[in-house]
Amino acid sequence: MEINIQKRVLEANETEADKNRKFFKDKNVFVVNMMSSPGSGKTETLCKTLVKLMPDIRVGVIVGDICTTNDADRLEVTGAKVTQINTDQFGGDCHLAANLIIDSAKQLGCDDLDLLIVENIGNLVCPAEFDIGEDARAVVLSVTEGEDKPLKYPLMFRVADVAILNKIDLLPYLDFDAKLVVDNMKQVHPHLPVFEISAKTEEGFEPWLEWLKIKVFEKTGR
Amino acid sequence: MHEMGIAQQLVQIAIDSIPEDIENPKVEKLNLKIGKLASVVEHSLTFCFEIITKDTPLENARLDIDFIPVMVHCKSCDNEWEVTGPVFKCPFCEDGDVEMLTGREIEITSLELAD
Repeated sequence: MEINIQKRVLEANETEADKNRKFFKDKNVFVVNMMSSPGSGKTETLCKTLVKLMPDIRVGVIVGDICTTNDADRLEVTGAKVTQINTDQFGGDCHLAANLIIDSAKQLGCDDLDLLIVENIGNLVCPAEFDIGEDARAVVLSVTEGEDKPLKYPLMFRVADVAILNKIDLLPYLDFDAKLVVDNMKQVHPHLPVFEISAKTEEGFEPWLEWLKIKVFEKTGR
Repeated sequence: MHEMGIAQQLVQIAIDSIPEDIENPKVEKLNLKIGKLASVVEHSLTFCFEIITKDTPLENARLDIDFIPVMVHCKSCDNEWEVTGPVFKCPFCEDGDVEMLTGREIEITSLELAD
């Protein structure tokens, strides 16, 4: 006997993500899901971004890692409201699922925030698959990772709304073709905005900050 | 890497779909649709599924996966085509705003019970 089902397997996550989206809409906060491989400089990029945005834009951060509160400790120094999720309590998951976000968002208290950034677990595969109720997805890639990463992890670059190419201060010391990696990103996702920055030297931040400010304004009116 | 979570959801959906009035149900096959761009590795999914279905109505059930091609549509020139590699750039107008039509599915379509 065949029983017809027709159900999306990630429906439970999608339902939670929709609840999150409604919560963030009610709180009038713009939410960015920031993803990358481990070691791309996501946390340093965030630290510098927070310092440059605040206090004009009020920012909160949810940081996901399998273990340690190292990233949260670094981000707290900026004065932003920060909370950490460690997935080792949940079986060491390789991504943040939607149901993990809401409690942290409530703990942060989104009433006085314009922008909430979720720093996802370092991984170019799984986080791309899981909607967390965000408004935009940002992917960070660094120049030490190889020009073909967008072609090797196409889903991540397909679902991204914006890409950051980090560590450009290292370009003089590497055989890395920055034009090629941007071309590869655009092969996977034509028209993807790409910002080339150095979180260390703070070169190239203005266009990225401007993009964020416009997005926050478009949603919140602030 | 998240195939265990997907396998757990599969089992939950399958068990919830079996009518309560069937005594000692035994599932022979689960029919799935998985898009070619979905982050699911077939061997990992099958491995996880075998482990967690021990002593359940799904023990020894087979996963029959229909892999769905990645089909895209260019909103600028209105062409549709199948993407077989990582390149999504429109081959017709080369500048199009390309949207995905299929290829990200992770769905359970039906299950088959032993008579």
